[in-house]
Amino acid sequence: MLGWEFPPFISGGLGTACYGLTKAMSKLGLDVTFVLPRAIQMENPSTCVKMRTPADVNDGKTEWEICEEGLRNIKFKAIDSALRPYATSETYRHEVEEMIRNKQKLCGMDGGVVGMEEIGSQAHYSGDMYTEVHRYAASAVKLAMQEDFDVIHAHDWMTYPAGIAAAAASGKPLVVHVHSTEFDRSGEHVNQMIYDIERAGMHAADKVIAVSYLTRNIILSRYGVPGDKVEVVYNGIERNGNGFGCGKMDITRDEKIVLFLGRITMQKGPEYFLGAAKKVLEIMDNVKFVMAGSGDMMRRTIELAAELGIGSKILFTGFLRGEDVRKVYERADLYVMPSVSEPFGIAPLEALNHDVPVLISKQSGVSEVLTHVLKADFWDVNEIANKIIAVLKYPPLQMTLKEHGNFEVRKLKWEDAAEKCRQIYLQLIERAVCV
Amino acid sequence: MPSVCFYFQVHQPYRLRHYTVFDEDHRYFDTFKNRAICQKVANKCYLPTNRLILELIKRYEGKFRVAYSITGVLLEQLAEYAPEVMSTFDALARTGCVEFLAETYYHSLSFLYSRDEFKEQIIKHMDTIEHLFGQRPRIFRNTELIYSNELSEAIEQMGIFDGVITEGADKILGGRSPNFIYRPPQEGKVKLLLKNYALSDDIAFRFSNRGWCEWPLMAEKFSHWVNRVNGNGYVVNLFMDYETFGEHQWEDTGIFDFMRQLPDEIMKHPDNNFKTPSEVIKSYPATDVVNVPALISWADTERDLSAWLGNAMQSNALHELYRLEQRVKKTGDSSLLSDWRKMQSSDHFYYMCTKWFSDGDVHKYFNPYDSPYDSYINFMNVMGNLEKRCGKSHQGRQRAVKQLKAEVNS
Repeated sequence: MLGWEFPPFISGGLGTACYGLTKAMSKLGLDVTFVLPRAIQMENPSTCVKMRTPADVNDGKTEWEICEEGLRNIKFKAIDSALRPYATSETYRHEVEEMIRNKQKLCGMDGGVVGMEEIGSQAHYSGDMYTEVHRYAASAVKLAMQEDFDVIHAHDWMTYPAGIAAAAASGKPLVVHVHSTEFDRSGEHVNQMIYDIERAGMHAADKVIAVSYLTRNIILSRYGVPGDKVEVVYNGIERNGNGFGCGKMDITRDEKIVLFLGRITMQKGPEYFLGAAKKVLEIMDNVKFVMAGSGDMMRRTIELAAELGIGSKILFTGFLRGEDVRKVYERADLYVMPSVSEPFGIAPLEALNHDVPVLISKQSGVSEVLTHVLKADFWDVNEIANKIIAVLKYPPLQMTLKEHGNFEVRKLKWEDAAEKCRQIYLQLIERAVCV
Repeated sequence: MPSVCFYFQVHQPYRLRHYTVFDEDHRYFDTFKNRAICQKVANKCYLPTNRLILELIKRYEGKFRVAYSITGVLLEQLAEYAPEVMSTFDALARTGCVEFLAETYYHSLSFLYSRDEFKEQIIKHMDTIEHLFGQRPRIFRNTELIYSNELSEAIEQMGIFDGVITEGADKILGGRSPNFIYRPPQEGKVKLLLKNYALSDDIAFRFSNRGWCEWPLMAEKFSHWVNRVNGNGYVVNLFMDYETFGEHQWEDTGIFDFMRQLPDEIMKHPDNNFKTPSEVIKSYPATDVVNVPALISWADTERDLSAWLGNAMQSNALHELYRLEQRVKKTGDSSLLSDWRKMQSSDHFYYMCTKWFSDGDVHKYFNPYDSPYDSYINFMNVMGNLEKRCGKSHQGRQRAVKQLKAEVNS
């Protein structure tokens, strides 16, 4: 399995999805080798998943194992690469240099997947992510030759070239898993390079997995992939840590909290959240709107809040993780996701998991699987506000949404997603044998 | 000697328009949608079925007889949107072979929340029926056949009814047949007619179901089932929504042909006949008592009230609605009263039902909302506005009284 991020190195839903899916596959008894395009530098080693990095394993092998229960069948491999989803070229160059230094320390030992020569020969290029994607692909080929496996499963565009290359080298079937497309991230202003990579990946793949029918439609219409090749596998959610959720914070303030949690980018529709907030505040006063997250529209969003004259009612918390996320959910009366385009959207499931009712845009993949939630078109600020007010005003509504929503979310299991993937693998392997 | 007793329920609610918390006008109902649905159902069901029933009554010279319960809210809508249906009902009434039953004018759950309102609505409905069709109902059917001992007691006390219609639910019959006449445990003259749900549902629900082992259902086969009751019952009560004909079961399922042939097949057996509920009650004695301490209805397999009272939103909406009763009535504002009453139709609460929602049930067919939550939000927004009107009218009246006093004093 070719991934892009994995806890604790996580900047969005993709890492969460890879983690959940891999763990569930392991439970099904599948052997998974998870390859990360990442120079592992443990910044934050105190999370539940413990990984050993090439630096502290002195034999220089870029392989480590997860100690966590439930991930027993999974091997992790890192291909030394400075690839990061949202890296700038500056941080990137810094990392490459760092990596070379590490490598030199290990020089002479049996060098892991990527030999010294390659690093040396390629370390001089000026460092943009696209070249890096291809360099990572080249490394993946080497790995593919060394490892024994049946199927290659690549998650999102950065790993597609690696997937294609590894499939070509090994002759094994390729499954490409689309968690989001360039159209979701950038609207109509697509980056042609990324689009081309995505398109090539989907066309080269033997099967494409989409996280929703919404995404499947984009794959069919925008990327021209034949429909019989694209299967939908919905994401799941892990039931975790809700046991101690019963001791909800004593809310003494008579103030309601409406929560936005996600990257503050065009894709997530922060301006519609603010527009609705403005409308809500026209009707009721005792409400605070919390925007948890960061992103390239952060500054503009703060300015917009001020322009609308509701600055004092909007709280920006920045990027939250772990315990802080749990706390903000515990305080929230309603979670709102006004995404303009959302291939799936795991966050609403997490909100429901924390007993927070949810209002999502109809333009999200997750709205295909959730029924006990409120839905509105992302642009319909009036309707979003109408529904926010209803939840804050009528406790029976909040109660019913919570009860049924929490029950419904329990039915979305990673085990089912993993099982569906396994069926797809089996199909592909069988087909390969027949041919 | 089984008599076949048909009773058709005819009802359409006033559906609410999309009403947000920002709306301030008093136009709560979706005139466009209500008109469209009313006319569609009129063309597919009410008109063709009324003509068919009329044809049958004429052909069998009064031996074919049926009963209707038409809600006040539908009669209002028909008069406005499909007056031709009214004239066919009128023609049916003139044959003398059709009985009209009494119910709450607004197809409401008022029995559960306000006995005063309950009685007022029954009287309003009876007055309307008498005015339109020239007969005063003698038989009562409560909304969705909701029933308990308490209901028959309330009806007995009104002193104007001979019988009550309800569901022949297994849990109240305890193995007995629904094909006899029963009476409630308390003393009185009111008798009970119980729906034979097996035979009723064969027509209303299973008729077009190709997966059903008895499909296709022909009049001959159905009559054969009715004949089996011979010697073990007085009456086969076939109670169903009138929309069964042409709307729930489309014309191409053969439902009209089935109905056209049914009287002939039934009357092939010399002991069989057709009777209206009042005639059944006059013809046969009550054989036994049915005790119904807890509420029942004709809905779903549960035969309980969970479709209208199953979750917190539904009971909250109902309580909020009836909480306003006195304030609405004190205003003396007739349009406010009428709006408030139209909000009582049980359909509004049915739309808020969550028990079947995830399963994509057939109930969705009847639901104008995307989700029960949307329906609750919409309902509560209208309630909010309705409540404001109570307050305003009340204050307005006080202000008017003050002004008047001031004028008198000066």
